Amino acid sequence: MMSGAAMVVRALKDVGVKHVFGYPGGAVLDIYDALYAQQDVQHILVRHEQAAAHMADGYARATGQTGTVLVTSGPGATNTITGIATAYMDSIPMVVLSGQVPSMHIGEDAFQETDMVGCSRPIVKHSFLVKRAVDIPEAIAKAYYIANSGRPGPVVVDLPKDTVNVQESHPYRFPEKVQMRSYNPTIKGHLGQIKKALKVLLKAKRPVVYVGGGAIACDASPLVRELAEKLNLPVTNTLMGLGAFPGDHPQFLGMLGMHGTVQANKTMHNADCILALGARFDDRVTNNVQKFCPHAQIIHVDIDPASISKTINVHIPVVGSVKTVLTQFFEQMHEIDENERKDQLLDWWEQIEAWRSRDCLAYAKDDKQIKPQEVIESLYKHTQGDAYVTSDVGQHQMFAALYYPFAKPRRWINSGGLGTMGFGLPAAMGVQVAHPDAVVACVTGDGSIQMNIQELATCLQYGMPVKIISLNNRALGMVRQWQDMIYKGRHSHSYMDSLPDFVKLAEAYGHVGIKVDKPEELDDAMARCFAMKDKLVFMDISVDQNEHVYPMQIKYGAMDDMRLSKTERT
Amino acid sequence: MRRIISVLMENEPGALSRIIGLFSQRAYNVDSLCVAPIDDSSLSRLTITTQGDDKVIEQITKQVNKLIDVLKISDLTEGSHVERELMLVKVATRNENSRAEVKRTVEIFRGKIVDVTPKNYTIELTGTSDKLDAFVQTIGQTGEIVELSRTGVCGLARGDKALRP
Repeated sequence: MMSGAAMVVRALKDVGVKHVFGYPGGAVLDIYDALYAQQDVQHILVRHEQAAAHMADGYARATGQTGTVLVTSGPGATNTITGIATAYMDSIPMVVLSGQVPSMHIGEDAFQETDMVGCSRPIVKHSFLVKRAVDIPEAIAKAYYIANSGRPGPVVVDLPKDTVNVQESHPYRFPEKVQMRSYNPTIKGHLGQIKKALKVLLKAKRPVVYVGGGAIACDASPLVRELAEKLNLPVTNTLMGLGAFPGDHPQFLGMLGMHGTVQANKTMHNADCILALGARFDDRVTNNVQKFCPHAQIIHVDIDPASISKTINVHIPVVGSVKTVLTQFFEQMHEIDENERKDQLLDWWEQIEAWRSRDCLAYAKDDKQIKPQEVIESLYKHTQGDAYVTSDVGQHQMFAALYYPFAKPRRWINSGGLGTMGFGLPAAMGVQVAHPDAVVACVTGDGSIQMNIQELATCLQYGMPVKIISLNNRALGMVRQWQDMIYKGRHSHSYMDSLPDFVKLAEAYGHVGIKVDKPEELDDAMARCFAMKDKLVFMDISVDQNEHVYPMQIKYGAMDDMRLSKTERT
Repeated sequence: MRRIISVLMENEPGALSRIIGLFSQRAYNVDSLCVAPIDDSSLSRLTITTQGDDKVIEQITKQVNKLIDVLKISDLTEGSHVERELMLVKVATRNENSRAEVKRTVEIFRGKIVDVTPKNYTIELTGTSDKLDAFVQTIGQTGEIVELSRTGVCGLARGDKALRP
């Protein structure tokens, strides 16, 4: 027998939760009381509930385990909405436990009442409004099961205050196995479809593998690599898929899409067969869908049937987890003659290497101003390419995606779908909680970092030695870039005329700040930053304001219609 | 194209709002909607009539099916099916003549007069939506429609096909 509040904590322990990111308030005080003086579940007190959701999100992306958020009713709950939407768009497993006013007051506009199940409905995989204390263990077990199976996503569990009352006791029954007649995700691919897919793939003269976040979600990276190497296939990763196939592999073409490399986008556009693995043909990849890859037979492996033929009609859909389906691929594949594969794709690889030789990521350095690209290159050098890198949203995000070739999955953590500014710092903190000894860098900008800067206090409280690499261009860089390109340089409200002194700010929060504005100081400063292993270091790096992210797809064009610089096009 | 989609789902609070929410969130049309528990009262059956080309309908069925509360979904208009809608309509009759005319029309459409006052008839009519539309048009010429309520379409596939868990 135990109280509803004790059940919440006990059920979290029983599903294997080690860390909870949260903020207390009236409706969840009973749960916070149950968290007191116990060691099983460690609670991290944030400074804003949005950040709690991003931390749980970063934690989940870095580990594959479901992130957990605990917040109070009303504003506590609504503050998590952006964080939930971010996780939803990128299919990240997360459970948000929100307090609610007592059942008898629901609907009365009680103090701090919000219909959280209603508010979050369009951005959750599922939600529960718990009615009775005895239902708590099952609701929590189901929430975690749903969040981290099939296509992962966030789940909200709304807990009215009377269900967690510490004054009442109820029997605790945790279900041994969760079974739901209405929810049975398809994991294994259809054999007939797999055979069809293999036939087309093996016959193709100009194949390409297009790998998305789905391959990371089910830990399929080794299989993706095995397939690519066995069949001599070129591979491109989406923004969400970076690291799924190693960024330093000779068969890797770089990221594709709006800011993809020339070789990746050209290869896609000219391919006769595209094998899409856990990717969703997002508008930031396809450009104009009417002109998308006109010669390709498309094979689409995805765990979510609704992702198939949503924007682009595919020829051979295979519903299932990328990992399981690739295992099935190998079972169905006969002996592969590697020399024969080489011969078959000789011309194609020659063509790809010609595109690659354009060296589209080359940029001109300057001796007066630091270029944002060289900051990322320096970061790569000083972390041996092995850091967990989170990012915010904007130019710095694209520079990090393009200039830091991630060799492993779960190392690149960014808000790809929703594009949430303010994501980077809390996400990095979540990663640091999951991997206390790992090097975690947050690549950010002067705009984004101010959207969750208050979390510097949380970092101090829990000793999180996150390295903040802020590309300070005194502007909202990506907005400014679009204004340069499309609005004749009318920089409407993209200035930050009143930036704080970030070094002093970091110091005020009890951390180390380093200001860098000369190119020749960059390497030394970066070295100093990463030498301070147990300190949070805020690198305020002044970069060239006029640098644009290239390549960039031209609107309404095909995948490979791109600007290569301010003056050149493909 | 008009489609009738049948959904079998958990009879739980919030399940209906998830489906309705999905339709508005993804900008799908809802022409009519009809929902009630079935013989197994833990389940509800919902029938939606909507408009869309094959691609839209494919997305609708996939997205609805993805909802955790949904067990099964089927597009009735894909095969032969039976569909019915129930309508109650209150008609004001101006005089004896028009009362007789309304009564005759109800008989022609095989409806029933279920309530009578000196000024009104309340008529019950079932049939396909087309038949109900035709009745509304005809009755409007003989009497004055005071109010009207339609259930929306419900339907079943013909033959042995069934939507069961």
